Amino acid sequence: MQASHDAHAAHHDHAHDDHGHHGRAPGLMGWFTTTNHKDIGTMYLWFSFIMFLVGGAMSLVIRGELFAPGLQYVSPEFYNQMLTLHALIMVFGAIMPAFVGFANWMIPMMIGAPDMAFARMNNWSFWLLPPAGTLLVASLFVPGGAAGTGWTLYPPLAVQMGMGMDMAIFAVHILGMSSIMGSINIITTILNMRAPGMPLMRMPMFCWTWLVTAFLLIASMPILAGAVTMLLTDRHFGTSFFNAAGGGDPVLFQHIFWFFGHPEVYIIALPAFGVVSHVIPAFSRKHLFGYTSMVYAIAAIGLISFFVWAHHMYVTGIPLTGQLYFMYATLLIAVPTGVKVFNWVTTMWRGELTFETPMLFALGFLFLFTVGGLTGLVLAITAVDIQLQDTYYVVAHFHYVMVAGALFSAYAGAYYWLPKWTGFMYDEALGKLHFWTSIVFFNVAFFPQHFLGLAGMPRRIPDYATQFADFNVISSIGAFGFGFSQLIFLWVVLKNIKGGETAPAKPWDGATGLEWTLPSPAPYHTFEDAPVIKDEHLAAAH
Amino acid sequence: MTALPANNYRLAGGLSLVVLASFVFAYLQPPLYRAFCEWTGIYDVQKADEFRASSVVGRPVTMEFDANTHGTGLRFTALQTSLATHTGELIQVNFRVENLTNHPVTGQAIPSYGPKHVGNFVKKLDCFCFRQQVFAPGEVRVLPVVFALDRTLPDDVGTVTLSYTFFEVPGGVGSTAPVVNGSATSGSGI
Ligand code: HEM
Ligand SMILES: [Cu+2]
Repeated sequence: MQASHDAHAAHHDHAHDDHGHHGRAPGLMGWFTTTNHKDIGTMYLWFSFIMFLVGGAMSLVIRGELFAPGLQYVSPEFYNQMLTLHALIMVFGAIMPAFVGFANWMIPMMIGAPDMAFARMNNWSFWLLPPAGTLLVASLFVPGGAAGTGWTLYPPLAVQMGMGMDMAIFAVHILGMSSIMGSINIITTILNMRAPGMPLMRMPMFCWTWLVTAFLLIASMPILAGAVTMLLTDRHFGTSFFNAAGGGDPVLFQHIFWFFGHPEVYIIALPAFGVVSHVIPAFSRKHLFGYTSMVYAIAAIGLISFFVWAHHMYVTGIPLTGQLYFMYATLLIAVPTGVKVFNWVTTMWRGELTFETPMLFALGFLFLFTVGGLTGLVLAITAVDIQLQDTYYVVAHFHYVMVAGALFSAYAGAYYWLPKWTGFMYDEALGKLHFWTSIVFFNVAFFPQHFLGLAGMPRRIPDYATQFADFNVISSIGAFGFGFSQLIFLWVVLKNIKGGETAPAKPWDGATGLEWTLPSPAPYHTFEDAPVIKDEHLAAAH
Repeated sequence: MTALPANNYRLAGGLSLVVLASFVFAYLQPPLYRAFCEWTGIYDVQKADEFRASSVVGRPVTMEFDANTHGTGLRFTALQTSLATHTGELIQVNFRVENLTNHPVTGQAIPSYGPKHVGNFVKKLDCFCFRQQVFAPGEVRVLPVVFALDRTLPDDVGTVTLSYTFFEVPGGVGSTAPVVNGSATSGSGI
């Protein structure tokens, strides 16, 4: 194997028969050593789906326990561990790697590059993930169990817990390293490897969202790494960053954590915006409305996201001026986000809409992400948040943005590009079934949680007062329905890999972009010679 | 804009500096927050001092102190049995412990209050009851507790009794694990 942007023979853009020609080494070793962006993208996507199922199973343990008041199946300690691992696995193991998978597969094909800039490093970025995932899951089996702090890892508990906490800290270190290497790769690829004739201000929107995301990652991931390293030295090496007994301040951790944590929210959301910005125009048969304003909106969101962290800390005793500043700054983010929603809706205005599965998921995203965004605005208001902080209203809010937002967008992207990856059309009927079961059960699971939160049910508890019982039953039914609906997706993908109707180079007539000039499935090596870019391949900048 | 590896390495090098800078920035945050808070005065890091300075205005209360043991071989006495004080005033009271045995004893002091419900109004800044104590054979030690009575102490309470009982920690002899590493009992009564 060698870095695949080395000089290659020029003529295999159209060849399906280039196996063996610098292809992947045979067998499992091939997957360990591959530096091909498509192989690595595939591995990222599978890894993230497996982690999604693991994290999903954990959420069902949680929802199972919450089905009825009282303690039925798990101890409170184990509940906390499930809840922490669920979140860490979903955020760092499922959603983030899914979009890195899309980036690997699609960015080189979208900008006419032969591969990622640093192909070998790309391989390392991926292979760091399985050890980190294993550390998280294995920490359940060490004495004292896994970290039970919630994904926010707050001290003092994070300083006191057993070795499961150390494993979580190491996992975070490894995951952070992987993200940072991936980001450096993505930025370099996008900035340096675009084919001639692809200006920044007309490149595909997915590349723009990832460019900003990658900058957010390299600026914020090291902050998290620093925060957990401080936890580690507080635990074992006698420092007192957060240890009040030694003069430290546990609230300081919250500041550092959320200085990472809020940009992290947009690290998850921006690539999701990117995918939707491809799918909606394709199925509206129009160009994306307001390309330039989209770019500025993305950049603005990225920038402002570093200045709003303490909206997670309204009840920690920050002074009134601080509360007011963070409230207004947070509300400000609604402006660029509103611009984006407006542009998506306007893209559909008078379009020739059709509703294939990718479009359904993109519309599901659009509706439900907006619901999550609106509850976010409610929570941004200090006076309201003081009531709602740490209630189920918050749980509902972030699942609307992360599940119905990020996850639905990932599904939209997966259905949209599956034909390009496998060369076959997926089963449309099954895809639609997947969508409708997902969106119905999602709302059954999470909508009632708004009411629970408003009525005062705290989050992160295994037991609750009986007046909350009815809504919890509904929520648990929805969660199990949603969980099992995701197996439909597994079925669709497996079926699609095996075969199906042969996909043309461009299965969606409204789609634009260089990736659709390649045959389906995309050959192992693409764009070894820079393509000739015509105006119709570029996103329209107004 | 085709791939020129040298360009790529230069860019990656620059981005790595950003990564390094953010990591360093994480470690700069503790001193920066401290400096910022002191400069603006929005969060007084020396809360305890301010607390004392404004303490004169509270209402008068009588405090009584009491010390007991529960089968530990320790002699435990309050060095001061009563005190006229005010709410909001920072108080330090000392207790004396003597190990009467010829082996080390690990003890844990458990507080109780009279009247019962005033526990929440006794704000302890530091207390020997926060952690287990190991006494060498024959050792004599003076143990302090630092606290203030909350200003919201109900008006009908004129006398507050703070009482401690030392229990022996089973199998705990020689166990010196500090509380922060998760030794099971933090033992704080508040
Ligand atoms: C299968 C769908 C899902 C279900 C049924 C589900 C359910 C739950 C439940 C019941 C909790 C615990 C609430 C509590 O006790 O406070 C929770 C917490 C959480 N979930 Fe999910 N979840 C799902 C998917 C996701 C996804 C895809 C993500 C992220 C990308 C996610 C991120 C989180 C986070 C960050 C927490 C907070 C954990 C904490 O309090 O530290 N969840 N989820
Ligand atoms: Cu935030």
